Amino acid sequence: MISFSQVRKSYRGGHEALCELSFGIETGELVFITGRSGAGKSTLLKLIPAIERPTSGTVLVNGQNIGSMRRAAIPYLRRNLGLIFQDQKLLYDRSVFDNVMLPLAFTGHAYKDAARRARAALDKVGLLAREKANPITLSGGEQQRLCIARAVVNRPSILLADEPTASLDSASAAEVVEMFRSFNQVGVTVLIATHDEALVQRLNPRVLSLRQGRLEQ
Amino acid sequence: MSTWLRQHWQTFGLTLRRLARNPLATLLNVMVIGVALALPLGGYMLLQNLSSVSRQLTRNPQVSLFLALDASKADITALEGRLKQIPGVRALRFISREQALHSLKQSEDLSDVIAALQTNPLPDAFVLETGGSAAELEQLEPQLKALPKVAHVQLDSAWVKRLESLLELGRMAVLVLATLLAGGLVAVTFNTIRLQILTQKDEIEVSKLIGATDAFIRRPFFHLGLIQGALGGLAALAIVYLCMHVLNRSIVELAQLYGSDFRLGFFGFPDCFALLAFAAVLGWLGAYLSVSRHLSGIEPR
Repeated sequence: MISFSQVRKSYRGGHEALCELSFGIETGELVFITGRSGAGKSTLLKLIPAIERPTSGTVLVNGQNIGSMRRAAIPYLRRNLGLIFQDQKLLYDRSVFDNVMLPLAFTGHAYKDAARRARAALDKVGLLAREKANPITLSGGEQQRLCIARAVVNRPSILLADEPTASLDSASAAEVVEMFRSFNQVGVTVLIATHDEALVQRLNPRVLSLRQGRLEQ
Repeated sequence: MSTWLRQHWQTFGLTLRRLARNPLATLLNVMVIGVALALPLGGYMLLQNLSSVSRQLTRNPQVSLFLALDASKADITALEGRLKQIPGVRALRFISREQALHSLKQSEDLSDVIAALQTNPLPDAFVLETGGSAAELEQLEPQLKALPKVAHVQLDSAWVKRLESLLELGRMAVLVLATLLAGGLVAVTFNTIRLQILTQKDEIEVSKLIGATDAFIRRPFFHLGLIQGALGGLAALAIVYLCMHVLNRSIVELAQLYGSDFRLGFFGFPDCFALLAFAAVLGWLGAYLSVSRHLSGIEPR
């Protein structure tokens, strides 16, 4: 489903974020990417939705080569991915419900159908009662759950989450991780980048550990 | 196809709601565009009315023949006979010098001046119509001038020509003004869209990240430019219409003094529609330029 081979990513100015990275992830896997800040976790996750392109090597997602992908094809790649960002990127000028409606606006769903899907996603993360609220009034854990609802509303086959528990207390963090697990159990491939060792140890999943842009074995 | 239409319809509704959410900003933008368009539009309206006057005049061109002051009754009868023989002459009217003086005395402003005159300075005159074009009349001019006792031949078409060339000048001026202010309209839209893109920077960035195509992101801005342009065009029509009404009060009074029922007329439906379409296209153009310039700058990282 996702395969990296000999992937190198260097930024202008010579900083090497990723170096000779090779691994594969099968459909339906739950994988944690760990490592200290600056180890290259975010860069790795940004390569999959083509937010960044590899400097060399190949990144394949569902058989598509990210490095050589045309600009016009990128939106369609991203629609098949559920993205949860480190900085959340919620829109505070609209309600919780409208935040979840956003990804459905450009996939051509009729309003009724879209609204039904959005409410189903909100229900899954336990925010249906807050649909009219502004995201700014939600707690940290609720905001993170809203991000998850927005990521899954299009029923993606891959979920990518960058530090989803970073700003949460341990109870909220456990809740959020439990949610990822339940999506994984229905067949969604899940990649989570985190520096929270305790979280990883409790779940005992497959772990890709990064140090200075290289995979630690 | 139906998806495409639905998305446009949804975007249209969204854009209208956005405009309604900032009524003051919307109103100001529409006013700026409206005033800018109203200037050339008003000029165009005046020109159209003047050219319809000039068309009416050329439809029935007349020639006035002023006779020499020493023309006798016999001369006049002889002349009348010869004029009637000229092919194409449809109507012939004789205005004697007494009649002319009398009608001048009717006008209030001149009656004092006329009364002070000891002799009648006015000549006898013939007014003749051929029913032909102004050009045909012009060809007749040398023949008429050569007739005995004819002192002066005055063709209507001469001053109609002058009016025409003045109108042509006016048309050029309106065209130049319209071009300049069309540029202004594009600039205003360009700036509005730039501000709107900045306001929606977050939304654009998130939308790009979760799979919106460039076309989808551009669409609302095109709609905004189009709607704002069309509203501006509507405002321009309203401004010109109001100005016309105000002007007409004085114009009708003035025209009555000249025994005319002239009044300014407004554009027909096709012209109004063309203006709205023109303004909408200019708005779209401004949006297009602005979007091309500013949207690529927002790239998610």
